[in-house]
Amino acid sequence: MEFIDTLINILNSTIRVSVPLLLACLAGLYSERAGVFDIGLEGKMLAGAFAGAAAAAVFASAWIGLLVAMLVSVGMALIHGFASITHRGNQIVSGVAINFIAAGSTIILGQAWFQQGGRTPSLPPEGRFGAITLPGADALRDVPVIGQLYSGLLSGHSLLTYVAFLAVPFTWWVLFRTRFGLRLRAVGENPAAVDTAGISVTWLRYRAVICTGILTGLAGSYMALAQNAGFVKDMTAGRGYIALAALIFAKWKPVPAMFACLLFGFLDALSIRLQGTPLPIIGKVPVQLMQALPYILTVILLAGFIGKAIPPRAGGVPYVKER
Amino acid sequence: MAENAIELIGINKSFGAVRANRDIALEIPRGTIHGIIGENGAGKSTLMSILYGFYQADSGEIRVNGKTAAIKTPNDAIAAGIGMVHQHFMLVENFSVLENVILGAEGEALLTKSIAKARSELRRLEKEYGLEVDPDALIEELPVGLQQRVEILKALYRGAEILILDEPTGVLTPAEADHLFRILEQLKEQGKTVVLITHKLREIMAITDNVSVMRQGTMVATRKTSETTVEELAELMVGRRVLLRVEKGEAQPGAVKLAVKNLTVRDSRGVTMVDDVSFDIRAGEIVGIAGVAGNGQSELMEAVSGIRKAVSGTVMLDGKPIDLTGQADPGELRDRGLAHVPEDRHHVGLVLAFDESENSILGYHDKPQYLKGPFLNLEAIQKDAQEKIEKYDIRPANPRLKTANFSGGNQQKIVLAREIEQDPGVLIVGQPTRGVDVGAIEFIHKRLIAMRDQGKAVLLISVELDEIRSLSDRILVMFAGRVVGERGPEATEGELGLLMAGVEHKEAAE
Repeated sequence: MEFIDTLINILNSTIRVSVPLLLACLAGLYSERAGVFDIGLEGKMLAGAFAGAAAAAVFASAWIGLLVAMLVSVGMALIHGFASITHRGNQIVSGVAINFIAAGSTIILGQAWFQQGGRTPSLPPEGRFGAITLPGADALRDVPVIGQLYSGLLSGHSLLTYVAFLAVPFTWWVLFRTRFGLRLRAVGENPAAVDTAGISVTWLRYRAVICTGILTGLAGSYMALAQNAGFVKDMTAGRGYIALAALIFAKWKPVPAMFACLLFGFLDALSIRLQGTPLPIIGKVPVQLMQALPYILTVILLAGFIGKAIPPRAGGVPYVKER
Repeated sequence: MAENAIELIGINKSFGAVRANRDIALEIPRGTIHGIIGENGAGKSTLMSILYGFYQADSGEIRVNGKTAAIKTPNDAIAAGIGMVHQHFMLVENFSVLENVILGAEGEALLTKSIAKARSELRRLEKEYGLEVDPDALIEELPVGLQQRVEILKALYRGAEILILDEPTGVLTPAEADHLFRILEQLKEQGKTVVLITHKLREIMAITDNVSVMRQGTMVATRKTSETTVEELAELMVGRRVLLRVEKGEAQPGAVKLAVKNLTVRDSRGVTMVDDVSFDIRAGEIVGIAGVAGNGQSELMEAVSGIRKAVSGTVMLDGKPIDLTGQADPGELRDRGLAHVPEDRHHVGLVLAFDESENSILGYHDKPQYLKGPFLNLEAIQKDAQEKIEKYDIRPANPRLKTANFSGGNQQKIVLAREIEQDPGVLIVGQPTRGVDVGAIEFIHKRLIAMRDQGKAVLLISVELDEIRSLSDRILVMFAGRVVGERGPEATEGELGLLMAGVEHKEAAE
């Protein structure tokens, strides 16, 4: 029974660490499918986390925090859009700039407003998204396996976790079953085709980056308002880049994106779990190696095991009407 | 209803200092096929883009069916019943035919119903116009002829009554082009109006009812096709008399200069692109290789010029072998008298960011006449470039101008001047007149004939059958990587067309 408990424990933390990856990954999916590369997921997530935590602290409301987080992330996404869609700037440069702005301004503003060394004040329970216990979870707790899975794994997460996983089928549906999705995919492949079909390339791409802003806002909120109780400087710690790797790994498809994020999350959870625990045969593994595992795996998988990941054809290229 | 489907009145359009269209007036009667011809840069495509709402005219009026139409976006044009088939297809390659057809005309926010509707509508259009295509096929899996059909279907699905086709036959085989013309005839019978933009005079004569000629942004003439001749149209286009067929004497073949034996080449995917090909080229003759693009001509040419690896076979230049490992030293081949005008001048032939004089010596820059000790002799290079500019009439005549700022035809002349002026024994030339104006084509053809008459061996690869037929002393036809036939210059277009389509001669005779 101890094995099952351990397993559920690891899977449970897999879900917890996967959520921000998943939200950021889906965020990137909207933008990149529309042909706007976004290396600034990290920065938007960080800005969202900070704005959410600050607003939640001031108003003592998780919902206001969430709203503000999304607004700020959408604002950052629009800056990226303004630079790369309207002014046809280099999307990588713009994305890197967003990351720098977020990394610097969150600390400066945090210190100026709260004087806690860049942190936001610790949030009260009403400023956070608490765990939701699914109906019957308590009653089933002692039923072996099924009950344990239900109450230990499926139940007890925050609202944002459920939103993140529901966003996967929703994104699939939007992409492949709606007019907006059809046009979004088309504009990432051949914007000239969209333009000549009488659809505005600019407006379509702006809508895509707004979706990206909303989702990165959710990702940031999850980190600051659900996983933790406030903002700590540089709390995203490279998750935006991992999400990008997952997006490539998943070949820009929503359901594979979920599995990619879960895989990265699982490795992360495993590395935390195994820190200091001697493994059979190998013995004690250095912490650093375990922490590096997700990155090593990304390189190995991208290098040879998933086949060629073909990005949207018009990705990274600003649309200019031919003269 | 008014008699004219389209009337353009006083259309002006400038891009910066360039006046692409000036005071254009044009009337296109309903239910006719109307040709618009002109050299590259004459303003045909700009005019049609204005009509399709892609650009806005600076001034002027567009009337559709007699009523003034404000066409500001492609949407307005679509609403006015105008459809356009662009030269470069506006298709999403990894979408299905159906998805491409409904893009922008979905009707409602959810796709399920619109797709079902499009499917039945496509079936109807297929029957009505003979436009069969599998609605669920992915565009990237379709040959270009079918991709073009999808473009036509897209326009018809949107209810187009007026269909504009921009250089539609550039990518088609002769058979596919004929099929397209049949479709256009059928559209005309159903009362649709077709506007055909092209620079191929033959097509104009074959299919149009009326033809308008553009030159340097102005509309110089409109004629009934039945009352004009190819010669007159060519003269109107260029503004002077043009020789459409190069005059040349009998070839005087000499010794074998280039011998290709059992050459086999595979592409990066391992697909055999050139399959056991053998031929000789003698001094003083032009050998043309005809074929639909993608049948191995490009690979053959690259292998023979030493820039692509061959799997097996030999190529002898003046009796000595060429390194076929793909690692050949291009400088050495140039020294041995092999010059190469690549098909793709932008990627292989020129460095667009360099100025004209730099490109005009590229690859020959380590010849003593261009050097002063370890440095480039800029003065000599400029002088050399200036001479080539005069000899080849390269415009603008400024050796310091960035190459990207020259038109396609003039860029081509820069490459040709560079290779021909080094006086090579063997010249391999790919698509020498792709995207080149009628006037410049005449000049390039004359230069190639002159090379031949000086006793050089010329290997000509072109997808333009007319070019192959008028220049070559012998014609080899490639299909699926093999040379499927050799003909003399008197071979008819139909005969070559069948060979190019892979139809064996025996079958064709039956």
